Amino acid sequence: MSYRIPMGPYHPALEEPYKLELVCDGETVQDAKLNIGFNFRGIEQLAETRNFIQIVALMERVCGICSNTHTLSICQAVEQIAEITPPPRALYIRVIMAELERLHSHVLWAGVAGKLIGFKTMFMTCFAVREQIMNVLQTISGNRVNYAMNRVGGVNRDIDDPAMILAMIGELEKDMVKTVIPVFTTSHSALSRCTGVGVLSEEKARSLGVVGPTARASGLPQDLRRAAPYAAYEEMDFNVPVEHSGDVKARLVVRALEILESCSILRQALSKLPAGEIFTGDESEMEIPEGRGFSRVEAPRGEVIYSVTWGEDTDTPSRVHVRTPTYINMPAVRWMVRGARLADTPLIQASIDPCYSCTDR
Amino acid sequence: MNLWKKLLCYSRRKSPWLFHMNSGSCNGCDIELIAGLTPRYDAEQLGVKHEASPRHADIICISGPVTHTAVNAMKTVYGQVCHPKAVVAIGSCPASTNVFIDSRVLDGPLDRHIPVDVYVPGCPPRPDAILAGIAKAAEILAARAGQEAQPAAAPVAAEEEKA
Repeated sequence: MSYRIPMGPYHPALEEPYKLELVCDGETVQDAKLNIGFNFRGIEQLAETRNFIQIVALMERVCGICSNTHTLSICQAVEQIAEITPPPRALYIRVIMAELERLHSHVLWAGVAGKLIGFKTMFMTCFAVREQIMNVLQTISGNRVNYAMNRVGGVNRDIDDPAMILAMIGELEKDMVKTVIPVFTTSHSALSRCTGVGVLSEEKARSLGVVGPTARASGLPQDLRRAAPYAAYEEMDFNVPVEHSGDVKARLVVRALEILESCSILRQALSKLPAGEIFTGDESEMEIPEGRGFSRVEAPRGEVIYSVTWGEDTDTPSRVHVRTPTYINMPAVRWMVRGARLADTPLIQASIDPCYSCTDR
Repeated sequence: MNLWKKLLCYSRRKSPWLFHMNSGSCNGCDIELIAGLTPRYDAEQLGVKHEASPRHADIICISGPVTHTAVNAMKTVYGQVCHPKAVVAIGSCPASTNVFIDSRVLDGPLDRHIPVDVYVPGCPPRPDAILAGIAKAAEILAARAGQEAQPAAAPVAAEEEKA
């Protein structure tokens, strides 16, 4: 006999409000239903009342974890409409900020995964490691979460001290290679919670169209930084880690390897950082012509798409559409939890690194 | 106030347990609150523990600009926390609805629905500011432990004037 277990919207295992309704047979999950919309703030409609300077500050607050991704996407889309090309130094600084953001997001995810496994020491360790990255972000931008780095035509702040970031990367890489990665890949108790849990096969991943680390853990080698380079990613040399087992462990390994790749991208970007201006054009005289801009950015969770339409002779856009990675990845959770144990569902749903504040907007 | 109550007030101040609620926040304040509980900021030095159930908690931390869908759940959670309790509004969103001010789907700011004791402004506030707010709330909690009924809402400014 099957029964239903509602989980959420305000549940201790969930970081954000959403509702998961599980159909269970004993301890085995047969099906899951997802209800979202608790974070709906009407941002797309609000964006239609903001000009091109205000809209950057609004879009930064779509998500507090990948805030830089959203400002980068909106700036790229508006730059496409206005036919502005940011100077090379600005493009490099954008890459550096995007990679620092990926680092802090992945380390945060590792901490949350540790907590859901019941491994509280790992949660504390990951957050202690993450503080090094937060220090760098604070030094560059003055804030720990919403950096306000991007603007239409370039970036707001320069990076004065690349040596400090390089020192942090060395420390972080040491901590990752010596502590975090070995614990997750060799500890028996961590492995037994992750291996073979929440499997998403390659065919299913392809048919659902999942993006980001979830796709790469199911054997789909897709990464926008490689497939459709933006900012200065074309000049970076990096690998796209791919795993084929499609379980929670594969998603963990993909993210761990991505942290190391991000460190390597940061080293290259900092050593090649070209001299020059950090933005182009005067914001007080800039006018956005009629047109449509389209921008795709690889966020820590996957592909973010912005489509911006600007009307004729107006200060404000006529439509801003956002598609976030969690919107694509969350239907996959339904296939992952089928046949899983009830106690594993919080970990399985967290393994796609869901961000419902992005998805609801 | 008898000795038992004095002891009770002292203990309340030394072990405030938190229940965190997201009322449509962007996650920024939420991760900063979590960062406040971890080794660098170490909220446990104040006796603070993150608690999963509102029935075991003393302080409710609310982030987010209060969406229509969150209002009823928030009131339920507020009712479930036992007396004495204190409410901390984390970030600029619950205080003023921040950048989302004209949105039609919001029912904020927070003090329209439940009494707020401490506001921690910032977008998002730093973990040390959040901890300062929680320490302030713990003092309010201790003062309230000696009283029988739940007193009316008093924002930080009013509390300071009294002191």
